[in-house]
Parts: sequence; structure tokens; C-alpha cells
Amino acid sequence: MTPLIEAHDVPYLPRGVRLQGDRVRGIRVLQAPERAMQLDQIGEAILSELDGRRSMEAIVAGLAVRYKAPADQIAGDVRDFLSGLIERRMVFVKDTA
Amino acid sequence: MKDLAEQPRDLDGNPVTPGLPMAMLAEVTHRCPLACPYCSNPVELVRAQSEISADDWGRVFRQAADLGVLQVHISGGEPGARRDLAQIVAHARDAGLYVNLITSGIGITRERLEELDRAGVDHVQLSLQGIRPDMADRISGHPGSWDKKMGFADWVTEIGFPLTINAVVHRQNMERLPDMLDLAERLGARRIEVATVQFHGWADLNRAALMPTREQAAFARQVVNDARVRLRGRMVIDFVPADHHAVYPKACMGGWGSTGLNVGPDGTVLPCHAAQSITWMQFENAQQRSLSDIWHLSDSFNAFRGTSWMPEPCASCERKTVDFGGCRCQAMALAGDARATDPVCSKSPLRAQVVARAEEDAAATTADFIYRRMKKGG
Repeated sequence: MTPLIEAHDVPYLPRGVRLQGDRVRGIRVLQAPERAMQLDQIGEAILSELDGRRSMEAIVAGLAVRYKAPADQIAGDVRDFLSGLIERRMVFVKDTA
Repeated sequence: MKDLAEQPRDLDGNPVTPGLPMAMLAEVTHRCPLACPYCSNPVELVRAQSEISADDWGRVFRQAADLGVLQVHISGGEPGARRDLAQIVAHARDAGLYVNLITSGIGITRERLEELDRAGVDHVQLSLQGIRPDMADRISGHPGSWDKKMGFADWVTEIGFPLTINAVVHRQNMERLPDMLDLAERLGARRIEVATVQFHGWADLNRAALMPTREQAAFARQVVNDARVRLRGRMVIDFVPADHHAVYPKACMGGWGSTGLNVGPDGTVLPCHAAQSITWMQFENAQQRSLSDIWHLSDSFNAFRGTSWMPEPCASCERKTVDFGGCRCQAMALAGDARATDPVCSKSPLRAQVVARAEEDAAATTADFIYRRMKKGG
């Protein structure tokens, strides 16, 4: 499948999608229309970086520094993760053209 | 220490282990300006004077959140028929729930929609009965419904709510499914739910007018498959196919009493919205008992939990934890036995009979509906 996001695109959580703690299960979830998705630590780390200003590229660079991991590897994980959420309309991409 | 008497057990007395619910359907009223002949409300509708108050809903929402519920679906009837809807929504948000509002769009003005925005509605789902006034107004039994809906959809996008279109399809509108998808896209919907009518309650009374043909069921499947490719990344399509034409039954509710619960206008708590069609089953009320007790300990929620209650062919089927024996209400309606294998399953001994009856209904020439309306008086 073609990825739905490029390095220079700016991903963001649109209205109606938010990160939330699930106090009963002790997990973090992404709340969206008709969906509550359990997040693992990686997913949460990625989504916490979405500020509607920085591109995916910048987000990847930040994560590479923070987690002391090669940017190439992180880039693939971030792109796949965000593509999956874009496909489900839980992450939007800002029109930067 | 756990009281032995409080060990949850299924209807055969086998011990079961309840999980935690994720979602709650709150049918805050059965009043509705529309009269759709496939309405999922029970045939015996709850009247306005029996509806619980907004504060009662607030208590139910807090108990639901404590129990693990993350999302509430505020529905009806038409939830807008409750003048205190914004208060109900605010209570749900205060409890920490994600609020989906499921509406016909009829009877909610622009001002009220703005009020609902301030109260914290997260997401709006708008029902669609057909395409264009002639079809939509006839199926909903409400002249002018189409125009009002289209106006409402514009307000939803102007205010900025995420929008889902709920399209219910059946023999009399299935050919227009491509137009419904186009409309949803044009309205800027993030999602569309295409649900083939499920033949319980009102829809069962209208089988001969609503049952799709096998060709239509295949057509709908193809249209959805094609659109999912074409609209990837632009619109999500959730699809409930015509199960009378399927090989396996739907995994109703993801398993009885496993992930969701339904609270009716008078506070009755049900494992699914059609559960009252299982006439021998007793249901409890959130006005009398805590939601947690009802979820964990009531006979109704425990009846079909787990897999020990299953008869053959389910008991030895490798799919028993995939579709959980199918829909209990459909087993009740078609086999006269709520614990039977869902008769739409290709492994059910009743399957041939069910298909023959579906084909007969699909070939019927009637287009006339028995509309969903409250009985006069009482």
C-alpha cells in the first residue's frame, strides 16, 4: 500500500480525536468517532509529538534524539503508524502546498 | 473474599468471567419525528412520562465511566426530542466519556446544535434513509425530512463536528448506495456506516417490503469494496452486510455482555438494543441497581457469556470465539430459541429454511410499510 504521508507533510489530530488516559484499565487510548484505540508506548510517543506545526520529518528527528535511535528506522515506524491512522481518518495531514 | 453466591454464571450455571465494557448506547428517548419501518427500537416503545431525568443519566454515565466505558452513543428515538439533551451531553462529558450523537437531524435547530457543541458533543452521526426527497421522505414517513437533513448536515460541517453518515440499506434503496456514498463524500463525512437492515422488531414486521435480493446483497458488497479502494484515506466505510446471504453469522455485540451495553429511556439496561425480543429474559434497571452490579452479576448479562452455554454445532465449531454463535435475538426470532445457533449460519440445520424464506420475502412485490409509531393513548 502506498503511504498516505510524506516526510514534509504536517500531521495533526483533527477535531473529535484526542489522547486520553483510561483510568480503569490503566492505559492510554486514542478516542475518535466510534473508536477507542489502545496505544502502546511507541504510539503514544508519536502522537504526543503531533502539534499541527512540525512536519513528519521534524517529528522523526526529535524522536531519534530523544530515544537515541537511528532516524531511518524511526521514520519507517512513524510513517507506517501514521498511515494506518490516516487511513482510519484519525490523523489528518495539513495542506502545505 | 468473594461470596460464592456472587460468582457470575451463565444460564446453565457454568462460571463465567465478565470483562469490561468499552461502549454504551444511551437511548435517551423513544420519541421520534420519523417513522422508519426498520427502526431498531423495540416494538413496545417507552413513553415520555417513563423517561429518566438528565440527572439520572448523569449518574448512569458516571457509573459507566467507573466501569470502564470510554464512549457513549447518545441516541433514541430522536435524542433531539429531549429538551434537556444538552444537559445530558454535558453530564456525559463531565463523566469523562467521548460523546457520539446519533440523530436524524430533524428537530434540532442551528442554535441547539451550537448549544450541543458547547455541551461537548465530540462527533455527530446523521441518519440517511434514502437519496432525494421522494425516497427519503417516503421511507422515513416524514414529509420534508430530506431538506431538513441536508440543512442540518451543513450546520454540522460549519460548526466543525466530525460527521458520520449512517445509511440504512434494504431492497427499496440499495440500488442508490453509490449515490449515498457520493453524498457522504460531498458532505465532507469522515465516515459512512452502510448497514443492511437487521430483521428484528419493526424490520421483522416489514420483511416483505425490505428484504434485499441476493443480487442486491452482492451488489452492495461490490460497491463497498470498490469504494474502499477509491476513498482510501478520505472516507472510512463501515459495512454491515445482509447476513441472510452470508456464510457465517455476524459476531453480534462482539459477544454477549463482552464489550457493550445499552440503557433505554426508562433506565432499563440491556446487553443489546434488541434483547427484549428474548421474551423470557428479565432485565434490570439502572434506577434500582448499580450499572456495575448489573454488568457483573445480573442473569441477563451473564446468560450467554463465554462459550459453555453453546449447543452444537457451535460447541465444537472453530469459530465459536470468532462469531460467538451469532446473534441471540436472531436465534430467538428465527429458531424460537435464543440459545440456538444463529439460523443464518451455514452450519445451522435451519439455514435452508431461513434462506428460502428470505428469498420469498425478497421476491415479494409489496412496497408498503408498517411505519414505526407509538400507539395512540395509554
